[in-house]
Amino acid sequence: MSGVWVVIEDKDGRVSRGSWEAVAAGQKLAALSGLAANAVVLGARTEPLAAEVAAKSLAKVVRIEHPLLAAYTADGFTLALEQLIAAEKPDYVVFPHTYQVRDYAPKLAARLGQSLICDITAIADGPLFTRQLMQGRLNASYRHSGSGPCFLSVQAGAFRADDLQPGSSSVSLFTPTIEPAQIRTRPSERFRAAEQTVDLGAAQRIVGIGRGIKDAANLPLIQALANALGAELGASRPICDNGWLAMERQIGSSGQTIAPRLYLALGISGAIQHLVGIKGSQCVVAVNKDPDAPIFEAADYGILGDLMEVVPALTEAVKAAQQ
Amino acid sequence: MKIIVAIKQVPDRDAQIRIDAAGKWMDESGLQWALNESDAYALEEALQLKEKHGGEVVVLTAGPERVGPTIREALAKGADRAIHIDCAGLNKLDALGVACLLAAAVKPENPDLVLTGLQSDDLGQGQTGVILAELLGLPHSSLILHVDKTDSGLTVKRELEEGWFQLIELPTPAVLTIQSGGNKLRYATLMGIKRAKTKEVRVLPASQLAADSPPVAVLERVTLPQKQKSTQMLPGSPKEAAAALVEKLKFEARVL
Repeated sequence: MSGVWVVIEDKDGRVSRGSWEAVAAGQKLAALSGLAANAVVLGARTEPLAAEVAAKSLAKVVRIEHPLLAAYTADGFTLALEQLIAAEKPDYVVFPHTYQVRDYAPKLAARLGQSLICDITAIADGPLFTRQLMQGRLNASYRHSGSGPCFLSVQAGAFRADDLQPGSSSVSLFTPTIEPAQIRTRPSERFRAAEQTVDLGAAQRIVGIGRGIKDAANLPLIQALANALGAELGASRPICDNGWLAMERQIGSSGQTIAPRLYLALGISGAIQHLVGIKGSQCVVAVNKDPDAPIFEAADYGILGDLMEVVPALTEAVKAAQQ
Repeated sequence: MKIIVAIKQVPDRDAQIRIDAAGKWMDESGLQWALNESDAYALEEALQLKEKHGGEVVVLTAGPERVGPTIREALAKGADRAIHIDCAGLNKLDALGVACLLAAAVKPENPDLVLTGLQSDDLGQGQTGVILAELLGLPHSSLILHVDKTDSGLTVKRELEEGWFQLIELPTPAVLTIQSGGNKLRYATLMGIKRAKTKEVRVLPASQLAADSPPVAVLERVTLPQKQKSTQMLPGSPKEAAAALVEKLKFEARVL
């Protein structure tokens, strides 16, 4: 058995923020368990990424390199990591919880008779791993049982990447055996749907709406408040899924990340996918009829009540304050 | 095209959640239940594929007797028949354990396509479809918004992060996990509800399907999240609360 291995993902050729956070989680786990923390990068040309990772305090960095890993595929990444795991026999394999990881880490774990403990937010003695249930309404503690590596993925923002210690780890090359026929999916280049006409990322005030607005007929009420505030409208995913607002106004992990001075979350329960998108907001206000809605955890100010009553009152109060 | 749609019954999103006496799970007494949201989109995609290309849509679910109405809902929307894996202790299994049960039920059906929602609204692991593909030895793609049938298999539109997308070609049979929002969901018609009553629901006892292997990922306890941020709640009538909030935003947070 050889320690904790963190699987690094890149964003535009650099180590992604989530990967650094996964390294932080991996180091915490390594310290708790008395193990060494290592990292692995995968791709067709991995030298620059491996060098970037190796500048942090890790025992070893392995770069898995193969022409068939140039573009991500679940089959290719699973085969490559399966072979590294057979060689290194890790105790823990830690991933950032990204869309890409969600696409292959459960497959890799299952191949080895394991079950990924995904989207964890904390690691405690035991080790016990915390993850959220019921869209953030409950926390659950999991432990890994049996032999074989324990697979974990780490929620974005749950561990701090700022305090990673510099170092100079050894880098080694690992060449997996992959045949073209083993890769059954053919991915295209990525693309964006349409020209973005709203840049929520740059907006200073945003009014976000969620399921709590109940009916598209209630949109003008919200628009009136947004107008009074000089704010842009944004929404949680279900509102855009329904077509009530354009997809480009969706805030969250699959939409836009915002950092306004003021964010008003109206009738938004606060699922984690939404919360990661609003983390940069300076001041968050939540209006919701459910006192247990997770959005109140993330809010500076809260009003418990019916949107249909609170929003018009708020519009009037904002107008009055501007006179 | 023969399509199996794996669906899950989950607590209704407005349900009041309480922890059970043992602190190991939710107190399920008095909970309202509903069809998991992204599974509803998986079912919709299956029904639209059937309308375009013909074939059969079979819904598959695991759970205790209470999942009956969710199965009927899927049949009322247009699924042809259903397989119900009768399993009382679903919450005691890990993602691998649940996928093993589903895989055992899927295998003898030899479908062209297996669809499931991207993730469940209760556990939110988003693993079932991906593991299912591995257990069945099939290619998969996840977070799919659109499915096109081609001569050699499928072309699917996959959602990436931050508003990016990607097309993926893959052969059939295959497993896809469906993201919400790709289609508009249909409602069951009165005729559909009536027809659903006569459609086949085959019940498979879980004990007949998979060896009862203990979970690898063991749920130890369930707790309420601790508050991380101190939220100032503004009490009073809507008018009072609104006035108090504007005051705070202007003079305390200085964002107005």
